[in-house]
Amino acid sequence: MVDFGFSLLKARQINYDHNDRSIAGYIYEREPSFRLCIECGGCSATCTTGNFTRFSLREINILIKRGENEEVRHEIRKCMLCGKCTLVCPRGVNTRNVITLAKEAFQKRGINAI
Amino acid sequence: MQFDPFTIPFDIGLYFILIYAVVRCVRWFMDLSRPDKLRLQRGFFGRAFGQSIREIFMESLIHRKILKSNPRLGYMHMSLAFGWFLLILFGTIEADIFGESHLNAPYKAIFFKFFNPEHGSTGFEAFFAFLMDLILAFILSGLFLAVLKRFSSKVVGMKKTTRLKPLDKIALTSLWLIFPSRLLAESFTSGTYGTGSFLTGSLGSWLASFLPAEQLAYPFWWLYSLALGVFFILLPLTRYMHIPTELFLIFARNSGIRTGDQTGSYSEIQTYSCSSCGICIDACQLNFSAGITNIQSAYLLKGIRNNDNVNDIAQNCLLCGRCDKKCPVGIELTPIRMIRRRIGETEKEKTTVLKRYLPDRKNIVPVKSNDKQVYNFLPAVESEKTDILFFAGCMTHLNPAIKNSMIKILNASGVKYKFLDEKGGVCCGRPLMLSGQDKEARELINYNSKLIWKSGAHTLVTSCPICYKVFKESYYLDVEVLHHTQFIKMLIEDGSLKLNFLRKRVVYHSPCELGRGSGVYDEPKDVLKHVARLEKTDFEDDNSLCCGGSLANMKLSFRQKSKIAHDAAAELTKGNPDILATACPLCKKTFSSATETHVADISEIVAEAISLVQIKRNSGKKYFSIKESADIL
Repeated sequence: MVDFGFSLLKARQINYDHNDRSIAGYIYEREPSFRLCIECGGCSATCTTGNFTRFSLREINILIKRGENEEVRHEIRKCMLCGKCTLVCPRGVNTRNVITLAKEAFQKRGINAI
Repeated sequence: MQFDPFTIPFDIGLYFILIYAVVRCVRWFMDLSRPDKLRLQRGFFGRAFGQSIREIFMESLIHRKILKSNPRLGYMHMSLAFGWFLLILFGTIEADIFGESHLNAPYKAIFFKFFNPEHGSTGFEAFFAFLMDLILAFILSGLFLAVLKRFSSKVVGMKKTTRLKPLDKIALTSLWLIFPSRLLAESFTSGTYGTGSFLTGSLGSWLASFLPAEQLAYPFWWLYSLALGVFFILLPLTRYMHIPTELFLIFARNSGIRTGDQTGSYSEIQTYSCSSCGICIDACQLNFSAGITNIQSAYLLKGIRNNDNVNDIAQNCLLCGRCDKKCPVGIELTPIRMIRRRIGETEKEKTTVLKRYLPDRKNIVPVKSNDKQVYNFLPAVESEKTDILFFAGCMTHLNPAIKNSMIKILNASGVKYKFLDEKGGVCCGRPLMLSGQDKEARELINYNSKLIWKSGAHTLVTSCPICYKVFKESYYLDVEVLHHTQFIKMLIEDGSLKLNFLRKRVVYHSPCELGRGSGVYDEPKDVLKHVARLEKTDFEDDNSLCCGGSLANMKLSFRQKSKIAHDAAAELTKGNPDILATACPLCKKTFSSATETHVADISEIVAEAISLVQIKRNSGKKYFSIKESADIL
């Protein structure tokens, strides 16, 4: 095939029937405030890690809720747990616990968060 | 030879517990690391021996620390411990002088009255009988308080008392039975023979007037012996194991052994030294503000003793260190909790009775993490040479007022410094450490260490007590680490900072990580006294409160945190001060939403007090450009 230097985009549909949303369930159960997130992005704006690399807690929250765990487990260990996001959160989401629980859930499933 | 079969339960119990205590101590000693063994040996034959004996007398018998903080509770503990000790001591002396021979078997001293019923009628004998009665009355008064405490802990000035396991209850009942049964047994015997002093004598003659004292005495001597025997046999399985363990702990501690950051013999000794007195429960803000009553240190140690999964208990704690400072036994509660956080979740083990008497030594494998670097995205280390480094820390970046005040102070004093994380730095690693992730924390620590080392600075000033503690304890750097309050005090003392006096009333809240965590109590107060009128609160120094925002606790809900913050702020601002001063950006942030009073960091107050003349002289235009940028923020 001739290489034109561009290709078709990958399908970007999110199939809730196939995605494993148990990680989100695990977090909801133990940290109910996770439900309160309005995805404002305050956490990402203040993030210490986000200052150096493309790391966004808002994005991670959305991905966990959608069940797109593959992306999450690559990202989640970059967090330094400094706690700025918890302080700026307008909804009082206990963000540090969300991260910790997500790591824990991956570990319990035998998938190491990379 | 005086002997009676009723003494057998006591004999079995006594010899069992003596042999058991020796076996346990030998095992603990063998499990200590080599340097610790040497420390203990050196301590045992050195000055630490005298100190330990003194401490055992003052703390284990008299309970001086409890007496100081809560006289009624202290009296209860003292009467039982010291009273029992005196009873044994004088009982042995009495048996030695008046018994059939010198150096009697222990049972002859304990049951002296039974074997010598005619004793105690005249002269010196009567004096001894009086003394023994007095001691018994002393113990019984304490026992009376103890029984009342079980039903209403307010009697001894405690809000909560510990919940007990069934086995603890049996042991407690047998302990309670010991002294009343001794009283009745001695009274009946005295009543029969017309001897005894003011307590046993009068009670005995009164009981003998309407009861068959001669027949009743013997069953009560049995009961007394049985209660002692049962108590001694059950002791290793219950909280009363603290009695023999504490002696070992005091020797070990005075020899210079510390908990460190790994499980080991010493932390096991401390676990068994806890008497579940419940003082940590009353000290805990999660208890009296947030209403969480199952995570306090007494329950943590109990869980560890029972091989439970204590991860939830270990995690749900502010690590403020209030219980640590108040523990009358001096158990290092915070390090033990940190160790459990590193261990994480464990399986509950099934145990047999035999195994509970001699538990295996635990070899807990830490949670495996793959060896890939986590924070490899951090930029390469570049640093300019400087003398003094200022590290604001994550939390200070959330409080621009503190950051700008510090810049103003540093510029005004004219020192040569560099702002290490001006454009946002890397976290110090303490939050990861607090959640038990030491490996990740070490990566951040190494990164920051390189930054600091390459700058060639000799002093590192930080605005955040959380950073201060980790820089001081876990960074292996040849740099003097100062909290900004210490640095400001230095500047004031060497005259490079001239301050006006503000006519304001200030109370100071000592942050946990700075005060109890690092022992910096006086410098912040000295600085405050220099610029404003510092007023006292009910919660000073070791007793200071936690703001509730602690990074150590991830399990608290937003509401519980704000309840703690509101309660603490209300206590601190009782006297309606103008400013609630603190030295931690996190405390400031937490308190400012919890109180109407103006909350400020010490650096802000100092910055306000700098005389304008000095600013112009030292920084000139520089300050005004910063002021403009601060206005934009």
